[in-house]
Amino acid sequence: MGQIVQAGPARSGAMTGAVVAASAAPAQYLTFTLGGEMFGVGILNVKEIIEFGNLTEIPMMPTFIRGVINLRGAVVPVIDLAARFGGKSTEVGRRTCIVIVEVPDEDARHDIGIIVDAVSEVLEIAGSDIEPPPSFGARIRADFIQGMGKVAGKFVILLEINKVLSVEEIALLTSSEITAEAAGQAATN
Amino acid sequence: MDEITSVFVQESREQLAEMEAGLLRLEQNPDDGDNINAIFRAAHTIKGGSGVVECHFIEAFTHNVENLLDNLRNGDLAVSPEIATLLLECCDQMAGLIEVLAANASAPDAALTASGEALTGRLKAFLAAAAGGEAASALPLASDPTVEVESSGGGIVLNDSWHISVRFGENVLRGGMDPLSFIRYLATLGEILDIETITDAMPAAAAMDPESCYIGFEIQLQTRSSKADIEQVFDFVRDECELRILAPNSKLSEYIKHIRELPEDAMRLGEILVRSGALTQAELENGLKGQRQSSAEPLSADDEPAPPPPLGEILVDNKVVHQEVVNAAVAKQAQVTDKKTKEARLVRVQADKLDQLIDLVGELVIAGASANLLAQKSRQTDLVEATSVLSRLVENIRDSALQLRMVQIGETFNRFNRVVRDVSKELGKEIELAISGAETELDKTVIEKIGDPLMHLVRNSLDHGIEPVAVRLERGKPACGRVSLNAYHDSGSIVIEISDDGGGLNKERITAKAIERGLIAADATLSDNEINNLIFEAGFSTADKVSNLSGRGVGMDVVRRNIQSLRGTVDVRSVEGEGSVFTIRLPLTLAIIDGFLVGVDKAAYVIPLDTVVECIELGSQTAERNFLNLRGEALPFIRLRELFEVPGAPPPRESIVVVQFAGQRAGIVVDQLMGEFQTVIKPLGVMFRHLRGIGGSTILGSGEVALILDVAALVHTVTRNEQQQLLPGRSHPAAVTHHPSHSLSQH
Repeated sequence: MGQIVQAGPARSGAMTGAVVAASAAPAQYLTFTLGGEMFGVGILNVKEIIEFGNLTEIPMMPTFIRGVINLRGAVVPVIDLAARFGGKSTEVGRRTCIVIVEVPDEDARHDIGIIVDAVSEVLEIAGSDIEPPPSFGARIRADFIQGMGKVAGKFVILLEINKVLSVEEIALLTSSEITAEAAGQAATN
Repeated sequence: MDEITSVFVQESREQLAEMEAGLLRLEQNPDDGDNINAIFRAAHTIKGGSGVVECHFIEAFTHNVENLLDNLRNGDLAVSPEIATLLLECCDQMAGLIEVLAANASAPDAALTASGEALTGRLKAFLAAAAGGEAASALPLASDPTVEVESSGGGIVLNDSWHISVRFGENVLRGGMDPLSFIRYLATLGEILDIETITDAMPAAAAMDPESCYIGFEIQLQTRSSKADIEQVFDFVRDECELRILAPNSKLSEYIKHIRELPEDAMRLGEILVRSGALTQAELENGLKGQRQSSAEPLSADDEPAPPPPLGEILVDNKVVHQEVVNAAVAKQAQVTDKKTKEARLVRVQADKLDQLIDLVGELVIAGASANLLAQKSRQTDLVEATSVLSRLVENIRDSALQLRMVQIGETFNRFNRVVRDVSKELGKEIELAISGAETELDKTVIEKIGDPLMHLVRNSLDHGIEPVAVRLERGKPACGRVSLNAYHDSGSIVIEISDDGGGLNKERITAKAIERGLIAADATLSDNEINNLIFEAGFSTADKVSNLSGRGVGMDVVRRNIQSLRGTVDVRSVEGEGSVFTIRLPLTLAIIDGFLVGVDKAAYVIPLDTVVECIELGSQTAERNFLNLRGEALPFIRLRELFEVPGAPPPRESIVVVQFAGQRAGIVVDQLMGEFQTVIKPLGVMFRHLRGIGGSTILGSGEVALILDVAALVHTVTRNEQQQLLPGRSHPAAVTHHPSHSLSQH
């Protein structure tokens, strides 16, 4: 499959730009499927899409961190979105891809890969076609959802990728996981 | 920040370091004229530079500093401890101002401004005193402290005219200034007795830029005007030209200084002497008379350049020119050649360019490994040979590239001169600092990060190590305590030692405190070494009272953590009553290490080669106990499969890699051994900062990512887990305490 789309790196104003655009001009979203559902992320966050493979697992980490890959010399962590949303981890199939997104963290930016079942297309969704997220029922943390895009009568969950992939939060989760593991091991004895 | 400013900031920091070093020497040796000149030059360069980058707050402050230094230089003021202290404080202030500029701020904050004003006030007080002193005694007396430099009598060279030495900068003509107009204006102040044009700076015609000015003048001026008036003549080109003014009847030492400062190189000795006015009419006449007596040749007593080398000798013989003056001129000639060769050997490179090169070399190493792998798979002998030659060259390139980042540790060490001076004054102790191994080279990033831990250890030695003078004398030690810094290479690592001849560590107190803090059991029996190293545990401080220098109890464990984050170790040896030695051991570089590749299931891991002792086969072991008999020693081991929860059954033949760190041995059970591997360390990123036991990652020849094991942290984690499982009442810890060893991912 190789590289399907290669978008330029997101510029600093990209994220705020996406939010502003949501209310006015149409914005572009990369849509993909995950567990049969359709999701979208702002195209300006997406750096590239690569084939799934050559993943190195990292021991002693929570399940939603699948491991790291070598992206042209840089070591990039790969997150399993389905597991991050609290579901089962993604089964690797023929069309499984890794979408590399750029996430800001304080003054640095990090590249993080997310595993998706299949990449669909780049959609232009006008601000008027974006509904606020339902208060419950989506089975995903409300702050992970930027809005619900209406496309051909169906909803696309537009992700607030900075929250979903918050480096700070993930780092915290990993530390509690390590602690819990140690406590769990201790408890079994 | 534009380029000029960043260059200015960089250079000013260097100048300040030089100035500070000079001031510290000045305290030891107040009569060293060269030293005062060097300090003055540093201040002057900073002031000039700040004018160029239009940073007026630095310029204004430095101006007063420069004035005071000028007074010291001229002998109008004597060097006193107060002045030295004040100047050191000014140094700090200037450093603060430069940081303000570096931070791109337009003006310093209120605190800095206030301290600047306070210092300026004190500077002005000294300046006023100097001016008053000058007015009281119009002629500097021979009893002036700077005169001590001179061995032969006299001291004052007899001439009644001012000597002005001016070198116009290249941009004078471009700025619309005509050098001649200054001379004309100068003539309005008095009578120009003699003027000589200096064209030494003029390049060959081909290289000459007709718009640049290359000339200078040496002028003898007879006038009643003051020095300030003469300086004013050159006001318009003050920043562009080098101006030196020697008052009538100046002391010999000033001429010596003047000769050293003249920008021309390779000038003939005699010419220098004549030009700088070291020879007055009368003295020259005397010298020439001597010549005339021997050769019976009549010579007019003139200011014309005399035949240089014989003149120098004759003048010395006749004790007209003092030996110092001649020596200074000779030294100046040597210095000029020295400087030239040194300048040619240094290239200033931006650090990020260097980092980029290292990154590229890292990629090259990885790509080379991949080519090697493919060649071996292809089984073509020629290809294998070619790639092995290639990989050897790559290895050489790697080594030389890493060498580029190596810096001498001396600069870091020298900063402590000031620390020792300030702290010992504050504490009222007499302490000297001895530095050795300053030329030992160390990776730039390591040097940057070792400063803080070193500072802490040195302060600790000063504060807690060295005893007060009375106690020292009582113990039969010299009153002056001694702290030494030493650095040397030792089998692939760098060792830095901080030693003092103070009281040493008090073992009873350490043990008592450790028991009190619950660090060790009350009935524990520990070796002396173990007791000493307890001071590196978190929350440990034995100081009876907390001083503002150290002793807050956060010290030593932070030191150890900082050093461990550089993959180093710290250790202390101490003999009570005789002193202590802190030994820091650091790896040569942080970017690339030699690794040992092992495999568990499908994954590959790298164990740093310097920790690997040997590899043995794991025989039929009972799975229950994780230790084996290694030549009579009970060797505990870690099963990576178990620890990393790798699914599946282990292969029939497993191996143990025996590792050693900090004097401790352990085994690591792996599925297969894959041999040595040049490892380019890639950080894992902030997301994994809580991960213990994995030090970082690297990319294998196949393009896959392999994890680097942090052996010390791994063993520590396993030990802790096992203790928590087995210790009664502690099976549910609230949180796993952070192990001091940081993963490499945090660099």
